[in-house]
Amino acid sequence: MARVVVDVMLKPEILDPQGQAVQRALPRLGFEGIGDVRQGKRFELEVEGPVDDAALARIHEMAETFLANTVIEDFTVHVEDQAGS
Amino acid sequence: MTARIGVITFPGTLDDRDTQRAVRLAGAEAVPLWHRDKDLKQVDAVVLPGGFSYGDYLRAGAISRFSPVMETVIEQARGGLPVLGICNGFQVLTETHLLPGAMLRNDSLHFVCRDQKLRVENAGTAWTADYTAGQEISVPLKNIDGRYVADERTLDMLEAEGRVAFRYLTEGDSADGYGNPNGSLRDIAGVTNEAGNVVGLMPHPEHAVEPLIGTGRTDGLGFFTSILKKLVNA
Repeated sequence: MARVVVDVMLKPEILDPQGQAVQRALPRLGFEGIGDVRQGKRFELEVEGPVDDAALARIHEMAETFLANTVIEDFTVHVEDQAGS
Repeated sequence: MTARIGVITFPGTLDDRDTQRAVRLAGAEAVPLWHRDKDLKQVDAVVLPGGFSYGDYLRAGAISRFSPVMETVIEQARGGLPVLGICNGFQVLTETHLLPGAMLRNDSLHFVCRDQKLRVENAGTAWTADYTAGQEISVPLKNIDGRYVADERTLDMLEAEGRVAFRYLTEGDSADGYGNPNGSLRDIAGVTNEAGNVVGLMPHPEHAVEPLIGTGRTDGLGFFTSILKKLVNA
């Protein structure tokens, strides 16, 4: 089976207080030099059958209607390299 | 014959019983509706109550939006069926795009639970006709994903068309329920669709319907009397 990854991120103009909380915690934990953190979601889809244009089009549709809310989020779709297969 | 108001229960809904009670106190018949049923049992209006439907997995309201009952609600809301979304119900309505914008985690990252002062900005909707525009009310608020966001163009459109239905009152002491509790843009607590039949808000009017409990006020009852009058006079 091939893996397709959908990454979902808040749009740049949307405030991300969770990312900010992570960023503020970093110096306290000894991780210096990180100016900004934004938190997103990653979906790993194990696709049955070939990952052709039609399959990717369906995944795009899935991301647009369900995995992401495009009012507030952007998404990207990519096919992951299959190590060892 | 009195009006029949449906109250939907999703897995994870919390406030369906309180909402049914508020409906009955206003004088209407409360009709329980189940998320798996497409059938709305010929109700005259529908309330989507608060809670954490489907565990708020993915995004608050995102999975409920695709439930069988919502297919019918979306279709009939477009045809004029009055629909009120409270808290999680408001989140569901934004996910369906019946209402514009989206809900995100509170800017404080804290769950907020308190009595909240609001201003009714639009008293012309199906659910607010018993209020007067500019009226200040106090109702409970309890959420963690209550931050209303939309792009600037949408916000300007909502303001211009009078579709900001409720706003958090910020001029006053937070101990008295004033202030923007979640970072909602332009202090928006609730919005309406263009036709005024679909309304959503984060605070909970169904928890402020009896003087004996809660705030000691019945500021939330007007939502339910508004819709009842509209349906009975229709």
